[in-house]
Amino acid sequence: MIAADPVAALAARHRWRWPEALPWLAAVAAFFLFPGYLALGAQILASILYGLSIDLVLGYGGIVTLGQAAFFGTGAYTAGLLAAHGMGAPEPGLIAAGLAAAALGALSGLAVLRLSGLAQLMATLMVAAMLQSAADKASAITGGADGLQNMAVGKVLGLFAFGLYGRTAYLYALAVLFLCFLGMRALVHSPFGRSLVGMRENAARMTALGAPVFARRLIAYTIAAGMAGISGALYAQSTGFVAPDSLGFDRSGNILVMLLLGGIGRLYGAFIGVPLFMVAQDRLSDLDPAYWYFWIGLGLVLMVRFARGGILGLAARIRRE
Amino acid sequence: MTPALETIGLTRAFGAVTVADGIDFRLAPGARHALIGPNGAGKTSFVNLVTGALAPSAGRVLLDGADVTRLAPAARARRGIVRSFQITSLFRNLTVLENVTLAVTERHGAGGGMIRPAGKRRALIEEAWAGLEQLGLADEAARPVRTLAYGRQRLVELAVALALRPRVLLLDEPAAGVPAEEAGRIVAAVEGLPAELAVLIIEHDLELVFRLARRITVLVAGRVLMEGSPAEVAEDPRVREVYLGGRRA
Ligand SMILES: Nc1ncnc2c1ncn2[C@@H]1O[C@H](COP(=O)(O)OP(=O)(O)O)[C@@H](O)[C@H]1O
Ligand SMILES: [Mg+2]
Repeated sequence: MIAADPVAALAARHRWRWPEALPWLAAVAAFFLFPGYLALGAQILASILYGLSIDLVLGYGGIVTLGQAAFFGTGAYTAGLLAAHGMGAPEPGLIAAGLAAAALGALSGLAVLRLSGLAQLMATLMVAAMLQSAADKASAITGGADGLQNMAVGKVLGLFAFGLYGRTAYLYALAVLFLCFLGMRALVHSPFGRSLVGMRENAARMTALGAPVFARRLIAYTIAAGMAGISGALYAQSTGFVAPDSLGFDRSGNILVMLLLGGIGRLYGAFIGVPLFMVAQDRLSDLDPAYWYFWIGLGLVLMVRFARGGILGLAARIRRE
Repeated sequence: MTPALETIGLTRAFGAVTVADGIDFRLAPGARHALIGPNGAGKTSFVNLVTGALAPSAGRVLLDGADVTRLAPAARARRGIVRSFQITSLFRNLTVLENVTLAVTERHGAGGGMIRPAGKRRALIEEAWAGLEQLGLADEAARPVRTLAYGRQRLVELAVALALRPRVLLLDEPAAGVPAEEAGRIVAAVEGLPAELAVLIIEHDLELVFRLARRITVLVAGRVLMEGSPAEVAEDPRVREVYLGGRRA
């Protein structure tokens, strides 16, 4: 059935709908239900933010990246180095991390976004690999392969210390995720966000409409890099530790898997795919330490075969039928 | 009078194939001008050269007397050089209304806005809707373009181009292979365009060409063979031989 008034339907696309409250209710409920898992919970929340950054570049922007960890790691090291040098206040650290990662995004985007297809993919990979090897080599600054260890992270709002049980980390990550999500949601519903989708669908047509495709992609890439940087900073601040693997290929690749699992280009894919993957990783690596990745791989193969749009895509299809 | 669009010595080759061989062409303000020629003559390439999708190896493109040869394709579009595509080029997974709304939004220079929701710019959506009604597409407004029949997609292609309120409109075989009903709509839409708009239409159906065009340019192997009124073109023996001989069955 077609909506009675297509104009009204399109004009109402950005309105909040009640299921959108669910992830936040679940996150608050989890805080009370699983007090023993809040450290993992904080990492999940930070990873959801990281997933959102992937959704922006890849899901909305259609820019294929295998190197988003470059921005995650840049954010993590920025926050880590600040905390290791007596500037441990978490909020300014977070902002600095976002800005540093965004700056790197803008700079590398100038080169990466001139390419397309496989060349683009390789370029994103290269940027992250170069940074990782730099972090490895510059051990005087970064602690090299051992990681940066002498971080002294201050209190959130000057009041709440990061404790052993991760309560502060969890609520801090939740608040940051929520604020970033509000920004991301506004962005994808803005004319800019709609035009990103247009470029993903058919860049040549957007050009023929007069849209500055390269500039808009660069802006999206930069914003997504900033989000990834903030996410990396959340990790660094809540674990008090940064290692070169925060710039590594696993960090770039796994998040893609998580997003594919949840559903890409749907805004909420990360909220489903990331917790599912990370909890499964946590449980399966306990139950079946040798082969847990095999089970995740199997799940992924089945999904690609039967549910291309991820879990959210599947849900949408079931609802339509 | 300054032509709305002019090309001077426009030239481009793909390897050994010269698709544009020093094309001098003028499109008057308010023109209804057809570009005809056998397949592979370089008609689509000419449109690509004018819009900037293809870079010329020599020659210039002028819009209202101003040189736009160095402008990027998007900048030319913003100045009013608008084209439709021979091979339908739309946002297939978006709805018909969204397709046209994207065009309207860009024309108003609002496509870069990042704060206010697109839905709050209702006037833009209403404008897109009006464009759809005009072409008889309102019933399909909420459907993804990919679910439409070919003829309906061709209408959307035209709706998107018209939504840009062009200064110069280049239509690349808008009605080729389209069922009679949609073809009729397309012809009616072209006939109903504002009088001051300059239109260049590429078309194989000579009946349609004679109905729509007041001037015709014949292109063969990247060269202008002749230009004239429909009567002059119809009578020209070279045109009969070259064009009708090479025409698609
Ligand atoms: N991108 C391209 N690369 C190589 N050859 C091309 C390209 N585009 C068009 N051609 C060739 O240029 C010639 C003219 O093509 P085209 O402009 O599409 O002709 P028409 O629209 O008149 O049928 C054809 O021989 C075509 O094969
Ligand atoms: Mg052609």
